[in-house]
Amino acid sequence: MSASNERDRTHAGVALARDYRTPDGQPDPLSALDQPRIGAPLSRVDGLQKVTGGARFAAEFALEGMVHAALAYSTIARGRITTLDTAAAEAAPGVVLVMTHDNAPTLQSPPVFLTTAQGAAGDDHPVLQNDQVHWNGQPIAVVLAETPEQAEHAASLIRAEYAPEPAVTDFRTAATREPDNVLGGPPSVSVGDAEQAFGTAPRRVDAIYRTPRHNHNAIEPHAVTLAWHDDELMLHDASQCVDHVAYSLAQVFGIAESQVHVSSPFVGGGFGSKTLWQHQILAAAAARVADRPVRLALSREGVHRVVGGRACTEQRVAIGADEQGHFRALIHTGKAAMTAHNNLPEPFTQATRCLYGADHVQLAIRVADLDMLANTFMRAPGESVGTFALESAIDELAEQLDLDPLELRRRNEPERDPTSGLPFSSRHLLEASRAGAERFGWDQRSARPGERYEGEWQIGLGCATATYPYMRMPGAAARITLSRSGAARVDVAAHEMGMGTATVQTQVAAARLGLPVEQVRFNYGDSSLAGVVLAGGSQQTAAIGGAVIAAHRALVEALLELVDGDSPLAGLTIDEIECRDGGLGAVADSARFETYDRILARAGRDELAIEADAAESEELSHFSMHSFGMIFCEAAVSAVTGEVRIRRLLGSFDCGRVLNAKTAASQFRGGMIMGLGLALMEETQFDTRSGRIMNPSLAEYHVPVQMDVPEIEVMWTDIPDPHTPMGARGIGELGITGVGAAVANAVYNACGRRVRELPITLDKLL
Amino acid sequence: MQWTINGRVREAEIDFRTSLLDLLREHLDLIGTRKGCNQGACGACTVLVDGERINACLALAVQYQGRSITTVEGLAQDAELHPVQQAFVEHDGFQCGYCTPGQLCSALGMAGELRRGMPSAVTTDLTSDDIAPSHEELRERMSGNLCRCGAYNGITAAIASTLATEGRS
Repeated sequence: MSASNERDRTHAGVALARDYRTPDGQPDPLSALDQPRIGAPLSRVDGLQKVTGGARFAAEFALEGMVHAALAYSTIARGRITTLDTAAAEAAPGVVLVMTHDNAPTLQSPPVFLTTAQGAAGDDHPVLQNDQVHWNGQPIAVVLAETPEQAEHAASLIRAEYAPEPAVTDFRTAATREPDNVLGGPPSVSVGDAEQAFGTAPRRVDAIYRTPRHNHNAIEPHAVTLAWHDDELMLHDASQCVDHVAYSLAQVFGIAESQVHVSSPFVGGGFGSKTLWQHQILAAAAARVADRPVRLALSREGVHRVVGGRACTEQRVAIGADEQGHFRALIHTGKAAMTAHNNLPEPFTQATRCLYGADHVQLAIRVADLDMLANTFMRAPGESVGTFALESAIDELAEQLDLDPLELRRRNEPERDPTSGLPFSSRHLLEASRAGAERFGWDQRSARPGERYEGEWQIGLGCATATYPYMRMPGAAARITLSRSGAARVDVAAHEMGMGTATVQTQVAAARLGLPVEQVRFNYGDSSLAGVVLAGGSQQTAAIGGAVIAAHRALVEALLELVDGDSPLAGLTIDEIECRDGGLGAVADSARFETYDRILARAGRDELAIEADAAESEELSHFSMHSFGMIFCEAAVSAVTGEVRIRRLLGSFDCGRVLNAKTAASQFRGGMIMGLGLALMEETQFDTRSGRIMNPSLAEYHVPVQMDVPEIEVMWTDIPDPHTPMGARGIGELGITGVGAAVANAVYNACGRRVRELPITLDKLL
Repeated sequence: MQWTINGRVREAEIDFRTSLLDLLREHLDLIGTRKGCNQGACGACTVLVDGERINACLALAVQYQGRSITTVEGLAQDAELHPVQQAFVEHDGFQCGYCTPGQLCSALGMAGELRRGMPSAVTTDLTSDDIAPSHEELRERMSGNLCRCGAYNGITAAIASTLATEGRS
């Protein structure tokens, strides 16, 4: 982009957003397609720090007098510790403290995620408060020592004996129950009588699909460096929920939330895992007992022992259709592994609630309580594994009907949300599908499997729908500080784990304020900042957007109050104002304009700071709001070894306005790559006899590497959602959804083997 | 004990069990070299020793005295980014940035291997001393560096553009 071009673009004024949330509301002016700064492929504002090694992560802070922690873990799934011999550990060189349930301070049970507004904990087990063991790998002791080597060595000297009790560790045979809720909603949804309608439908598919446990495996292992200053706790954490962690730790230690300060400016990937687990509690408790600052950096194995992953599922999808493929009955039921101590039934039916019109619908989730580390949120919980089942079944039905699977989906495209009855705020899935099919060359697909060979390789094409809901959770707020120089700082207690938040929000705030990007700083990653903003549920961008809209309006109102009779702005109301060229101007009157600098100078002010809360997410009560997409995959299957290679992958998305084409494309690709892992290799292996995770390492838990990943094409409709901030919907989780089925369907098209159990490893194709 | 790191002599008294990775991170505050697995599976700790890439987590620090060690902190010269660092920014070759220093050092070590005609598993002409840095070659040779955010396309694009520029100059 040339300099003059850039100047022209900053001249474009932005009026203030009005209420975008209601059916007769007005779209955010920033969502308009003639706002070219939105979507511009700005390189990351924190790029320099990341390529020079200057970005400092949680385990990289050194505090005066700091000691290092190491953990010892249980080796049984359930029972009681009868002996915990710590003598050798205590006598080992450099050891400062060995903390067990015998000498740990009294702690309250941590508040579980989704049970209170700011609960952050993976489970509600008391931490080191008694001799009970609840999972294989539960921490049973913490060692503090002067060096990491000394701490690790001493932890290895701890000897435990147990009185084991019967444990439920086999998902296949465990009893199931209906959970209290699924993401705050009902565990089952019914429209009509789906079983009856299915029984009489002329065309039917009915199959069971299985997905294994997964772990996030962010490359930065979980770590915390912390210190107590009297009764105040300061943490350098790796966090996607700084305020939730501050609140939850305050509950555990019986202090006020304001006494806990969480800082987390750089996070080495989260994907749902970087919340509150036992390691932060153990480190803080040990620091209190030893009266020393503590660093606790989990080993890769430690992450698998202490931080939960995605639960395994067994799902039934049954579709009954007429001869034209119209769905008469859509049934999606099944079970997921869970524990009695957390609140996340893996919500695998979520996508099925909104994707297809069917006369009769039945969705139900049951859970099997196991004695295991609590499962948790992992990128698109529900949709990533739920779409594998649903979109595989649709492929199976399409073949039976001799229909192109895209055409079968088109015939069941709903007018309104099929289970809530609400209108969609913006749904352009068919456009995205058509554009994607054209770019991908979908018309080259052979309808019958096993027809295309290249040497030993059988080639096939597959597709699947992607979807993830729009959310905007309560609690977001933003503080804008505008200075005489025309610089602005936006403070939000939000997070940057690689999604591009720092860059995109700088871009958005600059556009909204009519300032160059260089004049705006977005400040985040600290619990002392404004608002409560979870980096989860793909909601962060919208949540921050809603807060900045509110703060922006309050800021302009305050500026107008400073304006006196001599100002060219005198007499204008807020809805006649737009931000442009580093100041305020009248909409459609270029003569009436005054810079921020002059407004502040006239009023004798150096700066103006305003904080405001985001408006409640009323839009979600009026509309069904989701992002959509179609994933296209070309797979090659070796007829000799059964090896699968992905040769091409394309995602065509309908996600509202894209805010930064560069970071959005990366986020989509990243999600799709994690989807390739889900499809082809990822599995947390769980010993059903002992309840122990057997592959707690990156050597044995395989994630996609360069050689597994082709050049991935991504495209989007860029149609603004009229009812969201910036016209955007979240994209962090959308990319992984649909990929499992797109791969499975491509593999089927290549070689005629229908694999209904992930991952699709070569043994299943021989 | 003494090490030569990024052209400077550094001294530290360490436990003999200390890995080169822990020497850098815990004793010299060179935190750019990252610990992702501590067992040679992820490549986040990749550094250059006499120009060749190694996993610092699998190296004992005491064995690397007298060698020339380069970490990510030594890539930029006089506040000028190395071209491959600049290319990573332009091509979005990272998201969270945690694996990035290892990717950068690995890319530079790999470029040396290509220049020396060292074949990989996908090299078709094993006798060639001029191996073209095809997308396939770059993917194969960079497969020891995991990126969970999935910036793989950006990483290969950044490396390819850097190698192409080097080739022209």
